[in-house]
Amino acid sequence: MAMSTASRVRRQLPTSPWLFAAPGLLIIGAFILYPFVSTLVNAFTDRRTLIPGRFVGLANFRELLQDDMFWVGLRNSTLYVVGVVPALVVLPLLLALLVQKNIPGITFFRSAFYTPVVASIVVVGLIWVWLLDERGLVNSLLETIGVGRVGFLSDQWLLLLSAMAVTVWKGLGYYMIIYLAALANVPRELHEAAAVDGAGAIRRFLTVTVPAVRSTMVLVGALSSVAAFKVFSEVYLMAGPSGGPAGEDTTLVMLVQRTGTGLTGRVGYASAISVVVFVVTVALMLLVLRADRRDES
Amino acid sequence: MSVMEKVRPTASRPRTDAREPRVTDENGRRVRVGELVLRYLLLLAVLALTVGPFVWQLSTSLKGPTEDIFSSPPKFLPGDPTLHNYERVADTIPVWDYALNSLKVAAANVATNCVGSALAGYALARLRYRGRRAATLAFVLAMLVPVEGIIIAQFTTMRELGLNNTLIGVVLPGCVSALNVLLMRNAFLNLPYEIEEAAYVDGANVWQRFLRIAVPSVKGTLAVVAIFAFMGAWDDFLWPLIVLSDPSKFTLTIGLNYLHGTFANDERLVAAGTIIAVAPLIALFACLQRYFFRGVGEGAVKG
Repeated sequence: MAMSTASRVRRQLPTSPWLFAAPGLLIIGAFILYPFVSTLVNAFTDRRTLIPGRFVGLANFRELLQDDMFWVGLRNSTLYVVGVVPALVVLPLLLALLVQKNIPGITFFRSAFYTPVVASIVVVGLIWVWLLDERGLVNSLLETIGVGRVGFLSDQWLLLLSAMAVTVWKGLGYYMIIYLAALANVPRELHEAAAVDGAGAIRRFLTVTVPAVRSTMVLVGALSSVAAFKVFSEVYLMAGPSGGPAGEDTTLVMLVQRTGTGLTGRVGYASAISVVVFVVTVALMLLVLRADRRDES
Repeated sequence: MSVMEKVRPTASRPRTDAREPRVTDENGRRVRVGELVLRYLLLLAVLALTVGPFVWQLSTSLKGPTEDIFSSPPKFLPGDPTLHNYERVADTIPVWDYALNSLKVAAANVATNCVGSALAGYALARLRYRGRRAATLAFVLAMLVPVEGIIIAQFTTMRELGLNNTLIGVVLPGCVSALNVLLMRNAFLNLPYEIEEAAYVDGANVWQRFLRIAVPSVKGTLAVVAIFAFMGAWDDFLWPLIVLSDPSKFTLTIGLNYLHGTFANDERLVAAGTIIAVAPLIALFACLQRYFFRGVGEGAVKG
């Protein structure tokens, strides 16, 4: 009986399991894995959109080192990580603590805080372009209280800072939900013991909450740093396609998009920039995970 | 310590019941009034910061052509609310066509992701065959590839297939996402094996087991996949920006970017456009919050 079942299984299965997996494998093969490999290959060619490329060795990478725009992009994408990640690791945790207690109406607040996550980045970008406009709401308020108007969207550095603020604003709710799940697992006894020992709210936060959600903080740090380095839409929308004054707000992915698309797109060169994006992304992940391990020991 | 814990809630409960109803936290403990006031003040401040910008955008979109939208101090409510700007958006760009394009792309993305990832997830979780580990590895690797880094190669692939500048080209690269496949795989793995085994003994073939037993048991995860597929497609910007060049094929996000670039000075118009783009998703979120939150948890654990 058992034998016959087993042999039936063996006879029947070779075709159908692959039928199940085929659509998914086909799509990720053709549109994720193949493009990934071809990006790696193209990086060593001078391929253009309409012209098949020749192998050029490291020429693209040598050109990168001479390209001022590449260094601008690398600088801005790196600054983005430095500016955004600490805020996205800490602020959503505080927000999660604020909405953790089940007081009346709290589910409304939780949902409301999540709204920016649901909105398209284009909507979010345009909302903030209008809010931070020379004559927009923020400047109206600043003028009303006597500070005067600030050129959030005309100064190179203020533009980058504003874009970072928008990224943080949009990400708050998302990471808040992640932290809420982690906080639910913090044993209440720890807080009580600390309270009995006379620890105040801040002491308890630092000695009980933070250690308990530390692995979640690492996760959030890894997720947000990878996302921050690949920033495109916020800066594209707020600074414009050319990347702000003299292109000084261009990020790496904006540079990829600008050099690689269109009929004259330099596919090879854009692929070389993409390879840099891969390498830094992987390095960031490893860095965060390593910092995590060192903390633990 | 453990004694205190067990005693305190039971001891205080009768007292709270006797007096007026008190606000208690999830542990049944009373929250002090001062703390409560502080909490609500903070909550309202954050609310103004997170939802305020949307309300301001809505207010701007309802202000008529004669109303000053730049006034200082600002006027938060429109003096004479009008839908005029929404008509003007439709006169300026084919906004309803764009909305329809977005809807097509999003609906297709939902259908393909649900079907494709349920099938592949089941193949990875339940079926035995040579090469299953390799298939799983392929999906894991695909999940780790940063999409922003391969858009140019995706674009050239699309050109080779003759699908650039089509809505199909917009949908294809994400139409079965590796993350969703792995989510479905986990959902199937968490099902007790015995039920399917019983069906197998009863002579049910693999399709019957899949459709009648496995899929109905993972409806929750499937709903999460559907919602995130819809939201992802509706909100996406970078990929449609690269693959679409013909303004008649634009999706809403690309159309909005176009509207902003061309008519940047007309804030009322852009505001109306953004409200059109964001309203459906806020409505969807309001109805299906549970799945949105659940998706964050499952996606983060994997990602």
